[in-house]
Amino acid sequence: MPRTYLTRTAPDTGEVEHRRWMFRHPVVIRVTHWFNALCLLVLLMSGLQIFNAHPALYWGKVSTFDTPLLAMSQTEDDPPKGVTTVLGRTFDTTGWLGSSTGSDGEAADRGFPAWLTLPSDQDLTGGRSWHFFFAWAFVLNGALYLLYGLLSGQLRFRVIPQRDQVRHFGASVWEHLTLRFPQGDEAKRYNVIQKLTYAVVLFVLLPVQVLAGLAMSPAMDAAFPFLLTLFDGRQSARTVHFVVAALLVLFVLVHVALVVLSGFWNNMRGMLTGWFVIERKVEPAPAADGTGRAS
Amino acid sequence: MTRPPSRRAILLGATAAAGTAMLGGCDRLGEAEWFRRTLKTGEDANLFVQRLLLTDRTLAPEFTEADISPWFKPNGTEDPPDKSYKALARRKFETYRLEVDGLVEDPLKLSLADLRKMPSRTQVTRHDCVEGWSAIGKWTGVPLADLLSQTRLKSQARYVVFHCADTMDQGDDTGTDADDADAATSGGNANPAMTKQTGGGEDKRDSGGQQAADTEPATEPVRYYESIDLVDAFHPQTILAYELNGKALPVANGAPLRLRVERNLGYKQAKYVMRIEVVESFADIGEGKGGYWEDQGYAWYAGI
Repeated sequence: MPRTYLTRTAPDTGEVEHRRWMFRHPVVIRVTHWFNALCLLVLLMSGLQIFNAHPALYWGKVSTFDTPLLAMSQTEDDPPKGVTTVLGRTFDTTGWLGSSTGSDGEAADRGFPAWLTLPSDQDLTGGRSWHFFFAWAFVLNGALYLLYGLLSGQLRFRVIPQRDQVRHFGASVWEHLTLRFPQGDEAKRYNVIQKLTYAVVLFVLLPVQVLAGLAMSPAMDAAFPFLLTLFDGRQSARTVHFVVAALLVLFVLVHVALVVLSGFWNNMRGMLTGWFVIERKVEPAPAADGTGRAS
Repeated sequence: MTRPPSRRAILLGATAAAGTAMLGGCDRLGEAEWFRRTLKTGEDANLFVQRLLLTDRTLAPEFTEADISPWFKPNGTEDPPDKSYKALARRKFETYRLEVDGLVEDPLKLSLADLRKMPSRTQVTRHDCVEGWSAIGKWTGVPLADLLSQTRLKSQARYVVFHCADTMDQGDDTGTDADDADAATSGGNANPAMTKQTGGGEDKRDSGGQQAADTEPATEPVRYYESIDLVDAFHPQTILAYELNGKALPVANGAPLRLRVERNLGYKQAKYVMRIEVVESFADIGEGKGGYWEDQGYAWYAGI
């Protein structure tokens, strides 16, 4: 792996800063990362389009229409209101959930608003076409990522915490919560919480999401009846699919927030070109020879 | 003092603009024929892979009587508006005759009593609507395989088409009662998701085809129809059901006879089946996609 050291002495303080270029993301990781981001966005939006066809969730084998876990609907009022019922509690969600204005400016009876669905207008079959195409793309892309990650050792480097990281777990949590990001050698590897989060997303959330999606298929239920056992029925699988989608959205929001907070341009350059800058810890310059050897 | 926009402001603005453009762009992309065909390859892959995973005899899960939904939600047409159907229903379907014809050696014409005399299969299965909801019901009916074996299929036979009694789109000359037509329409509105896609099929008829215009004038009412291939037709759980939960099939659920083709979504389960036609290709039927909803853009294969 090529390494470049840049050494300069800060004029005011006489402290020495080291910047080190690190080639962090091989091309396969970068390409699969961005393609995955596209797939997840399309899957989310087309998924909400499909959800809008029957904006209610249940638990178990069948739909218990009188007792949904969650339901969105539009009232008969004039102007109509959007209401969302979650676990028996009803909220006014006019304009967001249950009732929102579409491109024609008219209030429409729809679960999620037009700007969050793909296609934007009510179009179940269109949503299904997008969803299935990008589901295949997502699975193939994910398989490529995992295969490459395993063979190259990148996966282990990215998701498995090292022993010392486990030992300092508490300190890492505190560092993360107070948004103090590691510098120097420590910045070369992922933080322990970061690794565990990626592991949960890669090996729990995404596989569960795929399995829950498959469990909704009547043909897959015939081929693999254990899918129904796993999720306690098709309607629960649909609910799990929805909840895991929400968790993935939460992951992406936190991921993007941390990308911004921990050095947006450096992170973006890293994921676009592969090159990432490690800022060395700022230390007092050694008095005599000034070679600035870093420990 | 005006300051030049910050890097962050530019970035945010650009993201918002790109987002808006993307949304509009995706909608336009989704309307382009080449792109729609590309997206459909995902659904082609579903068929290909699921046929690899399922044998011809892999059964859909069956449930216990305790699992039966207290109310089996009817969907689509709940009361066919057609006069001829109403006449049948008034006489409790005594004059109903199921026709089985097309690429068969021995066409059949069977009354409901004839069908009830044949060996039957009873199954408690889950019905999955493409909209997302499910219901479990107990169905009793004649295995389609038995009927088809009786007729002796010709060697070119590839698909089985189910012609139904219910009119979906009114022509000028409908033979339906206006009041009931309204009822049917409002029934459709209860399921906003499965609304007809304007565009697709209609446009094609305008631009593409004299053949369509010749054979099917725009004034003719469009009735529900569906098609399955021989794999599904001869599947042991594929039955023509005349009973739901131990009672005569209600009109709302497809009386007198509805198809149950388990391992498939709800829109394949044709209700009000009047005629079964065995064909080599369904290209000449309806808009040529193999079913009423297929003609509106839904996938012909409904296993997922």
